[in-house]
Amino acid sequence: MSRTILINLIRFVVLVLVQVFLLKNITLYDLSIPYLYILFILLLPFEIPNFLLFALAFLTGLVIDAFYDTPGLHASACVLLAFVRILFISITVQKEGFDNDPEPTLSVMGFRWFFTYASILTLFHHFFLFNLEVFSLSEIQYTFTRFVLSSIFTVFLMVVTGLLFFRRKERK
Amino acid sequence: MRNLLIFITKYNAFFLFLIFEIGALVIYGKYNAFQKASIINSTNNVTGNFYARYNELERYLSLQDENDKLARDNARMRNLLKSSYYTDTVAKRRVNDTVYKQQYEYIPARVINNSVNRRNNYLTINVGTDAGIARGMGVICDQGIVGIVREVSPHFSVIQSLLHKDTRFSAMLVSTKARGTLKWDDGFDPQIAQLSEVTNNVQPHLGEQVVTSELSLFPAGVPIGRVSNLHTKNGGFFLNMEVRLAVNFATLQYVYVVNNRFGQEQAGLEALQKKDE
Repeated sequence: MSRTILINLIRFVVLVLVQVFLLKNITLYDLSIPYLYILFILLLPFEIPNFLLFALAFLTGLVIDAFYDTPGLHASACVLLAFVRILFISITVQKEGFDNDPEPTLSVMGFRWFFTYASILTLFHHFFLFNLEVFSLSEIQYTFTRFVLSSIFTVFLMVVTGLLFFRRKERK
Repeated sequence: MRNLLIFITKYNAFFLFLIFEIGALVIYGKYNAFQKASIINSTNNVTGNFYARYNELERYLSLQDENDKLARDNARMRNLLKSSYYTDTVAKRRVNDTVYKQQYEYIPARVINNSVNRRNNYLTINVGTDAGIARGMGVICDQGIVGIVREVSPHFSVIQSLLHKDTRFSAMLVSTKARGTLKWDDGFDPQIAQLSEVTNNVQPHLGEQVVTSELSLFPAGVPIGRVSNLHTKNGGFFLNMEVRLAVNFATLQYVYVVNNRFGQEQAGLEALQKKDE
């Protein structure tokens, strides 16, 4: 239990630092912006209570907002992300049949499940984020291009991160 | 009552979602609508210090460019010195001049956080109210205009950059002094802005310099960029043109905050007049 908390705490700090000091400065053609920090919310353990999940998502969003100077923007997108996560997991995963608190990582769940999971959640998060940021329909084409290209970039980084920390023995 | 409780616990995810989402949207809406000073931005101590540390590292990497820029600036200043002019009158006398009173003050600052790739871009600089910065002051750099001060704390300030959907500046063409409104272009290229609402009778030409006008919060004549395209959409009764910005926002390191000493006096006077109407 305490090991799970420690791992998640380290993951949170590392992802926020990477997002704020590295990925914030990376853009492809002014269109594709990766938001890798949502990986923290994606990788929280399956058994986490709903309230804690929402609170953590809200907090993560606020921390990112503090660095991006956009109070509330990332927080609201992250809360939506947490909600979609609950729905997706309740549809696709049976709660029984895991031994000791598993996490929805690439090595535990396999590539196909993780890829679908990451893609769908990222699409929701990015769609909400980019539209709330611009908040007008007149630039919808530009917003949409940014949304699609950024999602591809983010999911790519998530899969790469998943493969980097791949542990074979956990695989069933 | 019991049924209601069962209903709520069964769908607790949805209700929690509603509560948190509304909380987040309230924060978002409040900050944007009233531009209230808020704790959650990079003027607070924690994030400000993080950015300041990071900037020290980043600054080191661009020393070469900065040195070149400083040398160029020094050369320009030296050209303005009295000693670099040849005097062709023999008699010299010193006049204690009381005709001029300094209107604009410049406060130097270092950019510690910057972005160009979002829809609305902000910069953070390392000076705040302790150095005399106040909300609404203009910000320039040695190449041209940068933005407006939006939030201040004792040691940091956030600047709303020209690359923001709400930023508008009054600008004019240098040859005809025809005024127009400058804003960031719809193409979201950090190098291109759009000058609109110029009256139809002026004939601008390509490459003409665009500078700030007397109506802006900057001193008149601060460079902005050069006209790069005359044929843009939405003409109507006014001329619209594309302006290639002189400032490269992506590599901005040092800026000057402009304090208009008579700004408050002017604003107070204009407010009086508005009250009369």
